[in-house]
Amino acid sequence: MIRVTLPAHLRKLAQVDGEVSVDVAGPVTQRSVLDAVEARYPMLRGTIRDHVTHHRRAFVRFFACGEDLSQESPDAPLPGAVATGAEPFMIVGALAGG
Amino acid sequence: MSGVRVLVGTRKGAFILTADGKRERWDISGPHFAGWEIYHIKGSPVDPNRLYASQTSSWFGQIIQRSDDGGKTWHQPGTPPGEPTTAPDGSPKGESNKFVYDTSPENGKPLTTHQWYDGTAHPWEFKRVWHLEPSLSDPNMVYAGVEDAALFRSNDGGQTWQELAGLRGHGSGQFWAPGAGGMCLHTILLDARNPNRIFIAISSAGAFRTDDAGNTWQPINRGLHSLYIPNPTAEVGHCVHRIAMHRSRPDVLYMQKHWDVMRSDDGGDSWHEISGNLPTDFGFVIDVHAHEPNTIYVVPIKSDSEHFPPDGKLRVYRSRSGGNDWEALTKGLPQSDCYVNVLRDAMAVDSLDNCGVYFGTSGGQVYVSADAGDNWQPIVRDLPPVVSVEVQTLP
Repeated sequence: MIRVTLPAHLRKLAQVDGEVSVDVAGPVTQRSVLDAVEARYPMLRGTIRDHVTHHRRAFVRFFACGEDLSQESPDAPLPGAVATGAEPFMIVGALAGG
Repeated sequence: MSGVRVLVGTRKGAFILTADGKRERWDISGPHFAGWEIYHIKGSPVDPNRLYASQTSSWFGQIIQRSDDGGKTWHQPGTPPGEPTTAPDGSPKGESNKFVYDTSPENGKPLTTHQWYDGTAHPWEFKRVWHLEPSLSDPNMVYAGVEDAALFRSNDGGQTWQELAGLRGHGSGQFWAPGAGGMCLHTILLDARNPNRIFIAISSAGAFRTDDAGNTWQPINRGLHSLYIPNPTAEVGHCVHRIAMHRSRPDVLYMQKHWDVMRSDDGGDSWHEISGNLPTDFGFVIDVHAHEPNTIYVVPIKSDSEHFPPDGKLRVYRSRSGGNDWEALTKGLPQSDCYVNVLRDAMAVDSLDNCGVYFGTSGGQVYVSADAGDNWQPIVRDLPPVVSVEVQTLP
C-alpha cells in the first residue's frame, strides 16, 4: 500500500482527510502512483498533472524521504521506503512567498 | 413574493446572496470552494436550480462545479456524488475538468499559434474558464469561454466539453494577443430569437459572431478604433472588455471597450461611439436594464494604468437614451477616497418590476440598487475581491 499526502485544496476536492492510500501493481514510480491516485479519485484528474500530456503542473512539486523528486523522470523508481509504505509520497503545492 | 439569488465569484471562493423582492434584507451563504478563485457562476434560464461554476487555481488547474439545488450542494458533473468513480470499462470519470483544444482532422483547424505580448508566436495553452453561459432552452447545454481564447460547449450538463473550433480556426487567430488579464474569451451572448446566432468577445482580439451555431465565425469589429494597436482599425486585435444586449432586441449591442463605449444597431456589423459625456470612457462592465432596452449602465474607470474610479468617487453612469447622454448615479455609493475596480463580469440586473442592478468591486463590496440605479446600498462590504456577479430572479 502506497501512502500519498495531498495539499489541502486537493484533499477537499477528493473529500478525504489526511493521507490517502493506493495499491500499485508493478514498479512503484511517480507515474504508477499518480495513475492509481487518479483512478481512485478521478476528481483529481488534471489537478496534479495535465489531462493529456500527463506532465506535472508547473506549481506542483513531489517530495519523498526528504528529497525533492519533482524533476525526476515519471518512470524512475520511487524510494524503497515509499514502495513499502514506510514513507509517504508527498504532493505539494509550490509556494510563492508570504 | 418573488426574490433574487445573487451569485458572486471572488478570488477566494463563491458566495450566494438571497433576498425577497424588496431586496433589503439578505442572507449570505459561503464561502463555497473556499480558497479557490471562482471566475464565474451562472444559473440556467430554464431551470434556476441548475448552476454552473468555474473553480480555478494557478496551482491545480480548472474544476467545473454544478449544483442541481440552487447552490445548496455542489458536485463535479463528471463525478456525481454517490456514483461509481469509474466508468463501466474501468476508465476513470472526472472528464468534466478536461478542456482540450480540437485538433481533429474533421473539426479542428491546425492548432497554430497566437501572438504573445512581445509579438512573437505562442502556442495555445488552456489556463481557465472565464465565463459559463447556460443555454436559453436546455439546462444540460452550457458554453464555456476560456483562456487561451476558445469557446467550448457541453451538451451533457458539464460532464464533457467539446471545442467549437471554427472560432479559433477563423484564420485571424495568429494575430490574437493577450490583454493584461490574459487572452480570454470572456463574453458569450446567446440570441433569444435565433438559436444559431452567438456573439463572443475576446481580449485582445475583438468581437465575433456566428450565424450557424458555432461552426463558422466572422469578426465584427468595424467601427472600432483602438490607438494602442499598430493599425487602429484592424479587423482583429481590439481589447473588447464586455458586450451586452437586451433579449428583446438582439441586433442592438452595447460594448465597453478598453477605451470607448460603443453601440451597434446591426448585430455587430458596424459600431459607433456613444461615450458622450462620460468622465472617462475606460471601464470594464456594461449592462442593460431588464425592461428598458435603451437604458444602459457603465462604471467609468480612470484609465488603463489607474484601475479605479476618477476622483475617488464610485459612480455608476446610466444612459436612458441608448448612449451619449449619461447621468451619474451616486446615492449610497462612496464619493470620496474610493479606489476599487469593477471587473468585466461583475455587473448584473434582475428582472423584477423595478429592475435591480448589482455590481461587485475589487474591494469586496457587492452593491444593489432596487430602483434601477437611483439608490444604492451594499449587500456585503468585506468579501474577497469580486470577480463576477450574476443574479437570478426567482418565482
